Formats: sequence, structure tokens, C-alpha cells
Amino acid sequence: MAEPRPALARLRSSTYRMGPPVLVLMVVLGVWYFISLVILDPDRQFLLPAPDEVLKVGFLNQDNLFQVLEGLLWTVAVSMSGLLIAIVLGMTSAIMMSQAKWVETSFYPYAVVIQTVPILAIVPLVGLWLGFGFNSRVVVCVIISIFPIITNTLFGLQSVPPSFHDLFTLHRANRFTRLIKLQFPNALPAIFAGFRISAGLSVIGAIVGEFFFRKGIPGLGRLLDLYRGRLLTEQLFTALVFSSLLGILVFWAFGLLSRLAVGKWHETT
Amino acid sequence: MSKTFPDGTHAVDKVSFSVEPGQFVTVVGPSGCGKSTLLRMGSDLLPVTSGEVRKAEGTLGYVFQDATLLPWRTVQKNVELFCELRGLERKERRRRAEDAIELVGLGGFDQHYPASLSGGMKMRVSLARSLTLDPPLFFFDEPFGALDEITREYLNAELLRIFTHAGFGAVFITHNLYEAVFLSTDVLVMSSRPGRILNSFQVPFPYPRHLDLRFDPTFAELTGEVSEVLRDE
Repeated sequence: MAEPRPALARLRSSTYRMGPPVLVLMVVLGVWYFISLVILDPDRQFLLPAPDEVLKVGFLNQDNLFQVLEGLLWTVAVSMSGLLIAIVLGMTSAIMMSQAKWVETSFYPYAVVIQTVPILAIVPLVGLWLGFGFNSRVVVCVIISIFPIITNTLFGLQSVPPSFHDLFTLHRANRFTRLIKLQFPNALPAIFAGFRISAGLSVIGAIVGEFFFRKGIPGLGRLLDLYRGRLLTEQLFTALVFSSLLGILVFWAFGLLSRLAVGKWHETT
Repeated sequence: MSKTFPDGTHAVDKVSFSVEPGQFVTVVGPSGCGKSTLLRMGSDLLPVTSGEVRKAEGTLGYVFQDATLLPWRTVQKNVELFCELRGLERKERRRRAEDAIELVGLGGFDQHYPASLSGGMKMRVSLARSLTLDPPLFFFDEPFGALDEITREYLNAELLRIFTHAGFGAVFITHNLYEAVFLSTDVLVMSSRPGRILNSFQVPFPYPRHLDLRFDPTFAELTGEVSEVLRDE
């Protein structure tokens, strides 16, 4: 272990790390102000309100902020329900595929189809069948986020080194023991990597779903569409910031979960 | 027994030998001569094409080329694995694992994960794992092949210590002649593919053997003879 570094050196090194991104932020804000106040005519400033306007109207106005926060809550509910269902369905089908080759050859192509069919093409059908509210939004989330869970789980279960299988064969382990004590733990890092990708996708799915399924309390996606329609650019920014934050938070949380689960023995990125 | 693979490769040709507890048989031969295939057939991992394998009661110890430790299990949990697969209860598993870890000299490392161990330590864990079932017969498939010379010598001595302590019978595969003669009661020399037994040697030195044995003239002579058989092939 290195000696604890003096406070000054620590401060300097954190300045080196924090400095460049902060500089970039300042440049961006500068350009933003320039465009908004200098380039745009006053009557076209609604296209890009200055940063302080955005802060004042979008974040410091309680009514506006609460509307976005409520939307955020609904989007979280939709995306996490969708993710949960995708995890259960995706892992179950991957486990079944790993157990019998014929299941894999029969069903895997359709998993690929789910992945490749444009979501917009499925939307009308989902709406017809399940209505234009919460359920349909969740279904869109599931469709968007299930594929990485299936492929990653399947890959993890099937990528056990042959010599490990030999060990279990030598000691006459049955199929179930093999799955629980060998294939499943071996798959965990890949499974968590899949969760992480899918979690991000499920947020996107929830927001996209709300563009089409407008019944019920509006989520972030619905609000984004609404603010765009009414040219409420400041609030549009607020909704945008919160949807990005949600995506980042979810990505980070699943990374943390992965490190907690397999970090002791596996290098997670 | 013989082995021909579906693709027509004739790997092992009419090889026949037997091992008793207390006997340490080493098989040396050029790479690709079917040495590993021999062990895989002997352990039912691979069906024999013709011939048969007769085994006494009891489990088989098998140490592979690489340590094959499950990375998600600690040393202790890895050593317990075979007992677990054989359905032993937790207390018994733990007791046997502790004894085996102690025997291979890894006491204090039981909560480490394999990733934090050196190659030599991993091989010891692998050995300990098989020792928990107290097998009458052990297969070693070039277990020290990937280790440096110093570690290999040290583990050779350690292995003999454990061998004399536990009294199992062993079939040991290697392409290192010194290792072969140092460890064994019997050395079998195999030809290149299809593998046949060219010659066998009895090693006259009693156990326990000391590493200095390698510098004994009789040792050198014997190794020389084995080497000659291999070269003439």
C-alpha cells in the first residue's frame, strides 16, 4: 500500500481529473448562451431558451418540476415491471434452451425475430389487444429488453469449460446438480452483463411506449411529447434530463449489483 | 484396450497394464501419443473402442492438466465439491476438506478464491479436492506440466509425501523423464500415435525419496535408459 498522500497532492490529482470535464461543460454552456442570446431572434428564443431560463422554469418552478417527477415515477414503474418480466421470461427460456438442443434450435430463431422486428410495427397490434395504457407500455419494455437476457444467459450456461464438465461427470452429477452448481454460477457474470444492457433498454422502452400508449397518468415519454407539442422547451429539457438520469442510474445500479454478486471472483467492468 | 476416434484417428493401440494401491505407474511418451486418452478411457470419460477397464470399488481421484478450480468457490468450497456431489453431509464435508487442505500444506488459505492463488497452489487445491474422497486409485494427467521447474520439483516431493501417507495407487502422465523416474515404482514408455507400450522399467529406489536422488548415478543411468527407448522410437 502507498503512503497516504498529502492533502495538497490529492487535491491536485482530483483537479486534474475533474478539470477537463468541467471545462467542457463551461464551453458548452458558453456556446448555448451564445446561440440563445446572440444568434436567435428574441421571438425565436423559445427554440433554445438560455440555461438560466431552463433552470428557472423547468427545475425551480414547483408545479412544473412535480409534473416531471410524477412522470418519472410512472416511467420507473413501467420500465422496472417490464424489466422484471423480461428477466423472468428471458432466463426461463434460456435455461430451457440450455437443457435441450431441440428447444434451442426451435425457439432461438424467434428470439432473434423479437429483437429484429421494428418496435413501431408491433405497437398497433399491442394496442389493439391490450389497450392503450400501462399494460401495453410494459409489453413494449419486455419486447425491447428481453433479447440480451436470453442471449447472455444462454451464452453463460453454455460456456462452461469442458474440463469442468468432466469433473461433474466423474462424480456422476445429474443434470439438475450440473445446472445449479456449475452452469448457473458460471453464467452469473454474463447474466448480470445482460441485466445491465436490458435495464437501459427497458427505460428506453418505457419512454417509447408512452409515445403511443397515452391512456392513464402520463410518464416521461408522454410529457416529452406534450411539451414538444406545446413548445414548452424549458420543461422539455427537464424531462430530458430526468430520463437521462434514470438511464444512468439504472446502468450504475445494475453495475453495482453485479459487483456485489460476482465481484469477489470475477473482474467486472 | 484400444481407442479409435470417429474421425479415424487411431490413438491408442492395445495398451494394457494394471495398478495396485502403493504402486506409482508413470506413463511417458511424445506429445499426442494418446497418454491423456488412456486416462480418459480408464475413468469412463471416453468409451473404449475395444478392450475393457476393470476397477476396484471406490471413487477415482483425477487431477487434470489445469487445476479446474471453480472460480466462484473459495479454496475450501472447491475442496468440498466432490464430497458435495457424492452427497456427504456438511459437517463431514467440512472435516474432510480441512484435513485435505492441511495435508497439501494450504492451511490458512481456505477462504481465498482461486484467482488469488499461484499455479502451484492451485494444483495443490486440485489434489486436495480429490483426496477428500480417499480414492484407492489416482489419475494424474500432466498436472505439473504448466509449472516452472522449481515449483515442479517441490510439488513432486510433496506429492510423494502425500502418496506415502495416503497409500493410493497412481497413474501419472508426464513427458518429463526426471519427474517420471523420481516419482514412480514403474515407468511405461509409450510410442507416438497409435500409442503402444514400448518398454517398461521398474524403479528400485525405496520411499521416502529425497530430491537429491536425482543426482544419484543409478538414477541418471535409469533416466538415460528411458530416454534411449524414447529416442529410438
